[in-house]
Amino acid sequence: MLHYPFIQNALLSGSCIAIVGALTGYFLLSRGLTFAGHALPNIGFAGAAGAVLVGVKPVYGMFVFTILASFGIRVLGQNVRDRDVSIGVLMSFALGLGLLFLDLYAGYAQRVYAILFGTILGISRGDVLVTGISTLAVVAFILLLYRPLLFSTFDPAVAEARGVPAGLVATALLVVVAVTVSLSIQVMGAILVFTLLVGPAATAIRLTRRPSASLLLSALLGVAYIWGGVTLAVASGDLPVSFFVASIAFAVYLPVRLLTERRSATRRGREPAPGHAH
Amino acid sequence: MHLLGSEIFQNAFLAGTVVALVAAPVGYFLVLRSHAFAGEALKDVGFAGATGAVLLGASSIFGMIVVSLLAALGLGVLSKRIRGRDVEVGMVLSFALGLGVLFLSIWTHSSAAHASAGVNILFGSMLSIGRSDLLVALGGSVVIVAALAVIFRPLLFASIDPAVAEARGVPTRLLSMAFMLILGLTTASTVLVVGVLLVAALLVAPAAAAVNLTRSPKAAILTATLISLGATWAGLALAFAPLGRHLPVGFTISALTAVAYLVSAALRRAGRRERRDLPPHPSREVGQTDVLPEGRVS
Repeated sequence: MLHYPFIQNALLSGSCIAIVGALTGYFLLSRGLTFAGHALPNIGFAGAAGAVLVGVKPVYGMFVFTILASFGIRVLGQNVRDRDVSIGVLMSFALGLGLLFLDLYAGYAQRVYAILFGTILGISRGDVLVTGISTLAVVAFILLLYRPLLFSTFDPAVAEARGVPAGLVATALLVVVAVTVSLSIQVMGAILVFTLLVGPAATAIRLTRRPSASLLLSALLGVAYIWGGVTLAVASGDLPVSFFVASIAFAVYLPVRLLTERRSATRRGREPAPGHAH
Repeated sequence: MHLLGSEIFQNAFLAGTVVALVAAPVGYFLVLRSHAFAGEALKDVGFAGATGAVLLGASSIFGMIVVSLLAALGLGVLSKRIRGRDVEVGMVLSFALGLGVLFLSIWTHSSAAHASAGVNILFGSMLSIGRSDLLVALGGSVVIVAALAVIFRPLLFASIDPAVAEARGVPTRLLSMAFMLILGLTTASTVLVVGVLLVAALLVAPAAAAVNLTRSPKAAILTATLISLGATWAGLALAFAPLGRHLPVGFTISALTAVAYLVSAALRRAGRRERRDLPPHPSREVGQTDVLPEGRVS
């Protein structure tokens, strides 16, 4: 199976997005931004549809829309109560725009599915290169800002007092998530990029308490999920990779979630792990 | 204007109006209780139900209603306070979306006609609402309105000040469960008009705008209803009117309600700067202790 170039491309691209997805997803979860992780890919759908209409590669449209939306989320959702609502509204607005773009474009239905469900068969060497370079950039960003990111995630008030530019860090993180989401759409499709962000990190946070260990573990889990998903999708013939990745992620998460709740409930009362500080 | 007399238009108009009328009050409580993400999860689970039902040859709204109600029960049982359970809700949502994608891709690969019907599930299909869908939506709406009328006062109390409500003996858990069921039924009906992907356009945006603009629950519900009705009727008008190019209904509705929300947020910000002494909308008095990234406590 590894001899086919399209499978090599899918695995290479998939591994890259699994790593960046898991790393950025860890920070999203820790900051209680799960909903943003769900909304940004859907917002990207509109960008991809717009790009198709104009005749450029979907990934560039995704970049534009998701990065704009991450600024929008920062501006509109200043307090926690407003944040979910404003994310929901931005998301439905963007999806509506996507619908309009695709309606204007002929060959409607097939395009919708390619963007929403992903197309692993269509990944070229050039796509792999773009994904690889962007992955390096995202990983470099996280390493560079590792300490302020962690600090402002787990103790925003103290971080602010010590002079960490928390607002800037939060915006930068959302922009990185936007880039990650845009890269992931070709493999996972807009609907399920979310799985890649949340699935590995949700499990890893339950298993280890040290941030560095959680990050490493979620990256490993992410790569394993993608390889499993691509293998099963190829074996099944025509079924979407994203379905298999979502199923594997859920199958791993469920027992971990159920077992660790009992442990933490007996050991530490109902005090949440640091990964769950909102 | 022969279209206005056609059955297609009548069905679309009736279903759209009923759904807009129901989505606004339910959306108000959704916003008040900060359940935007839970609403999102419910409709994504319902999406798996809708596509599964279609695959089995049943009607998509029927599958959506059954599975949404089951998911609502699950959400209600599993978590007393859904607000702090984003990760759990997210994982269930992601698995449900995976199933929906699987069902839809199996179904759409079977024929080209199915491919465009699948788009209808995702983005709504006002122009293909049949009599049976309409009856289901009408029946569901009657149930929603009746249930909401029965629990309106205690639900409002429990949503605005859960701690005091519980202390006074209001059955908050039971209410929470009842509301999740109402929400499940509402999202399923809303999908008929705007599709799975655009539910928030009718459920969240009008209510969120109304909460920003008003100071009492009744005024908020009235405003939300006006916004959602206006957007739905405008969507229908632009889809049916002989303007040459027909805009997709889902686009018009989501664009108009989003604009309403953005304008309301801007107005509220401007108003807050001028009149700090006036009391805010009741929902803003609770659950505001989170420290912001900027270090301000709202």
